[in-house]
Amino acid sequence: MIAYLLRRILYAIPILIGVNLITFALFFVVNTPDDMARMHLGMKRVSADAISKWKTEHGYDKPLIYNDTAAGSGHLTDTIFYAKSARMFALDFGVSDDGRDIWNEIKVRAGPSLAIAVPVFVIGLLVNVTFALLMVFFRATYLDFWGVVLCVMLMSISGLFYIILGQFLVAKLWHWVPISGFSSGVDALRFLLLPVLVSIGAGIGSGARWYRTIFLEEIGKDYVRTARAKGLSEWRVLFRHVLQNGMIPILTGAVVVLPLLFMGSLITESFFGIPGLGSYTIDAIQSQDFAIVRAMVFIGSALYIVGLLLTDISYTLADPRIRLQ
Amino acid sequence: MNVFRRFFYLILSVLLSACGEGTWNDPYPAAQLDSNTLYSAFNERPKHLDPAQAYSSNEAEFTAQIYEPPLQYHYLKRPYTLVPLTVTQMPTVTYYSAAGQMLPVDTAAQHIVTSVYEIHLQPGIYYQPHPAFARTTEGKLRYFNLPPDALNGVSSLRDFKYTGTRELVADDYIYEIKRLASPQVNSPIFGVMSEYIIGLKQYAAQLQTVVRAQPPGSYLDLSRYPLAGVERVDRYTYRIHLHGKYPQFQYWLAMPFFAPIPPEVDRFYAQPGMAQRNLTLDWYPVGTGAYRLTHNDPNRSMVLVRNPNYHGERYPSQGDAGDKQAGLLRDSGKPLPFINTVVYSLEKETIPYWNKFLQGYYDASGISSDSFDQAIQIDAQGEPQVTDAMHAKGIGLVAAVTTSNRFWGFNMLDSVVGGQSERARKLRQAITIAVDFEEFISIFANGRGIPAQGPIPPGIFGYRAGAGGINPVVYQMLKGQPVRRPISEARRLLAEAGYPDGRDAKTGTPLVLYFDTVASGPDAKSRLDWMSKQFAKLNIQLVVRSSDYNRFQDKMRRGTEQLFEWGWNADYPDPENFLFLLYGPNMKVAKNGENSANYNNPDYDRLFDQMKYLDNGPQRQAIIDQMVTLLQYDSPWLFGYFPKAFTLRHAWVSPSKPNLMANNTLKYRRIDPALRDKLRADWNRPVLWPLIFLLLALVAAIAPAIWSWRQRERGRGR
Repeated sequence: MIAYLLRRILYAIPILIGVNLITFALFFVVNTPDDMARMHLGMKRVSADAISKWKTEHGYDKPLIYNDTAAGSGHLTDTIFYAKSARMFALDFGVSDDGRDIWNEIKVRAGPSLAIAVPVFVIGLLVNVTFALLMVFFRATYLDFWGVVLCVMLMSISGLFYIILGQFLVAKLWHWVPISGFSSGVDALRFLLLPVLVSIGAGIGSGARWYRTIFLEEIGKDYVRTARAKGLSEWRVLFRHVLQNGMIPILTGAVVVLPLLFMGSLITESFFGIPGLGSYTIDAIQSQDFAIVRAMVFIGSALYIVGLLLTDISYTLADPRIRLQ
Repeated sequence: MNVFRRFFYLILSVLLSACGEGTWNDPYPAAQLDSNTLYSAFNERPKHLDPAQAYSSNEAEFTAQIYEPPLQYHYLKRPYTLVPLTVTQMPTVTYYSAAGQMLPVDTAAQHIVTSVYEIHLQPGIYYQPHPAFARTTEGKLRYFNLPPDALNGVSSLRDFKYTGTRELVADDYIYEIKRLASPQVNSPIFGVMSEYIIGLKQYAAQLQTVVRAQPPGSYLDLSRYPLAGVERVDRYTYRIHLHGKYPQFQYWLAMPFFAPIPPEVDRFYAQPGMAQRNLTLDWYPVGTGAYRLTHNDPNRSMVLVRNPNYHGERYPSQGDAGDKQAGLLRDSGKPLPFINTVVYSLEKETIPYWNKFLQGYYDASGISSDSFDQAIQIDAQGEPQVTDAMHAKGIGLVAAVTTSNRFWGFNMLDSVVGGQSERARKLRQAITIAVDFEEFISIFANGRGIPAQGPIPPGIFGYRAGAGGINPVVYQMLKGQPVRRPISEARRLLAEAGYPDGRDAKTGTPLVLYFDTVASGPDAKSRLDWMSKQFAKLNIQLVVRSSDYNRFQDKMRRGTEQLFEWGWNADYPDPENFLFLLYGPNMKVAKNGENSANYNNPDYDRLFDQMKYLDNGPQRQAIIDQMVTLLQYDSPWLFGYFPKAFTLRHAWVSPSKPNLMANNTLKYRRIDPALRDKLRADWNRPVLWPLIFLLLALVAAIAPAIWSWRQRERGRGR
């Protein structure tokens, strides 16, 4: 398995270089360094001299990919691509266009993002699986029918609606928690309760329905009939046998997103005023801060690769027949 | 199970402890702050807090409270009036000829070669406490030439044990003027100032050479390099030498660009390791103003606290007529500032901001379109008033026409709509009549604006109100009221322009015009559809070309647009700051200037050159009238409208007068914390019945399932 993991890690290097190149190309197809300078300098009284100064100050005064005026390896190294992207492989993300250290910012913002994402992931998974198993337990009854109807209703509504409804009812009308904001330490729980509940509620429809489909497929298999024939209660059949055998597709969807929890949620963080990485990324895109965008895309890609690797490993834990070679 | 139970009890105890006192939904830590605290918000992190770089209004909201340029705007007087802030009197201006002879003040501008502004500071003004000023017992700067490991464990200014202060001197102002030219500081006003301050352009070139010769990242000691256009007279006096006459320069002296920067602070932040810890002037400003920034986490909140060394300005004792009746002189003579702490929280979305305002957690709020009907109703006289629900909460409305404009421009270089030909002029005039901005303001601005008759907004010298100020091309007077000319008149002009019924008279092809904008998405669609309908009144087909900001800017620079929308916020309350938007030498395409319409009329430019140097008075007004008449006739813009700013404030916030030129008005604000606490508690009592209802609903939903499960399990057991 170690050889397999090493091989996968080595595969990751060209993938990350490719992602970097594509990000770089896409970003600079849309924005030239002059555009970036103008965006940062504002609309009023922007002179050519100010643009030139900004580009020099931020290292955007070099050629993009190839420097034909440089000598030797400088053809490739004395370029924006090399200066801005190559160092990321050493986890040196540099500074944002407003002069802030990006790695420092990521470390600070990862906490609030995880504070929402982890409980949403864990509790959401438990709730969805439990709800799905209950629907399977009561399959072909009115409870199953109305459960599915409820799921379809929940998944048909925009996530934004849950946020606005949650803020309106829980925070504005009933005054149970603050509408938005964030705090450190234990006090953060007051601010996290509503976004976590809203995010879990918004995910129940699609999650539970998907897991129900998986479990329904399992419930008709021979081993389930055998378990019942042994005299096991339906409860034990579902939670011990069906759940365990239905884990592979669940793990496929769940483990891969595990590392991406760091990346935060764009809408939730924005509406609830959570200073996480999701809002960091969206702000950077809006302000055309390439330094942050490339760093977040790089980290996102790396985490996705890690997620896929973890998924593979989790298969071996869920199903002893699977071997990684 | 025990673990889950413990976790549940932990959460429950935390929530109950949070709920134990007062309200449950208070977003601020209860014991952390002084009760005399104003709560506000920001929706975008300020990019710069360095006074040489900060230019946006969201940056000025902070920098203006911290930094003190020599002058400020009188809080109450209108028209906007400059008064001393850190100086003993208004700067004296002396004019000189080419031979160096002093000239009388009424000398014509063309004879003036040099203007010298002499500025005399008040002694005894001290900076806020800051580690850069801290000294050892031997009198040496404590945190200067720090060894490499001295910053281990330092992440903010609070990690420095010692602070100090020192008196404000003329050298600090001189140092900041030099910083405008520094290659290490990208000041947005360097371009305009280098045209006026003697030697500034050459100084920038000199500094560029010095920086290139230094190792990267080294401190650039500006004190070592004199600037010809700035002269130190004594400890408290300095002079600024300008090319020619530039009366508008005094307004720049009221902006943070000309605020003092102590050289030792610049040197403190330039030390190795500081920038890596975000310890920069851009992040931790240092000033003599009423407030200092003590907490800067733009991901969450920024906190201003009263500067303990503030020099003790007092609330003005004079104002305009009506100010006394409005309660604006109640605090006359009292020492400023009134509020101890100001907390700005990051609030990106308007809905949470509005709801928190209604709960009393923000002291004032603007009004988004979503909330407008909830907040404002129009009374029988057509005046906006707060709704009954807002009135019942004690919320008051403050409205003011902003010193800005929103206009739609024609590209005067375009072969169809541009140029000075009779045909193009009549086409533009027809369009200006057809586009009904009264309707636009009513639909899309909720009535918050007044139709513009020219480029100069109300409150700025040169603006004419009433019948004398209307645009005769678009309006006619009927029964003493300006009424938009009928569409038939626009059609007539269009026909005279060679497009009868919207078709080219020669070819018969329909007239198609292109409107460039950055607006897109569902919110903008209705507005853009409305715009198309205005042109459809003349059978002109309007093609909307929405593009991103960069592409739009690119089109504007290259002059490939035909029609576009634009706006301008005043830098200073002088007509020159609006009329220069149509000055030929400022053309966007040829000169990269602010004349976005590329309007180029020699008569207008000649009048502008005269007007620019005149003091406000009848002669200047007469020239402005001529210029505006030219613009109305040529119609390079659809003049659009002047937006009105509506602000709601709670009953505990003292009356305030909108001052759209001054940003340092925080010091005049006052609140009644006791009333706020009482009303907040009243408005935010937790409503508990839904909790019981939800629990019952949960039981009602689960009970049949449990019952059914038990039945099934038992059934199988039998």
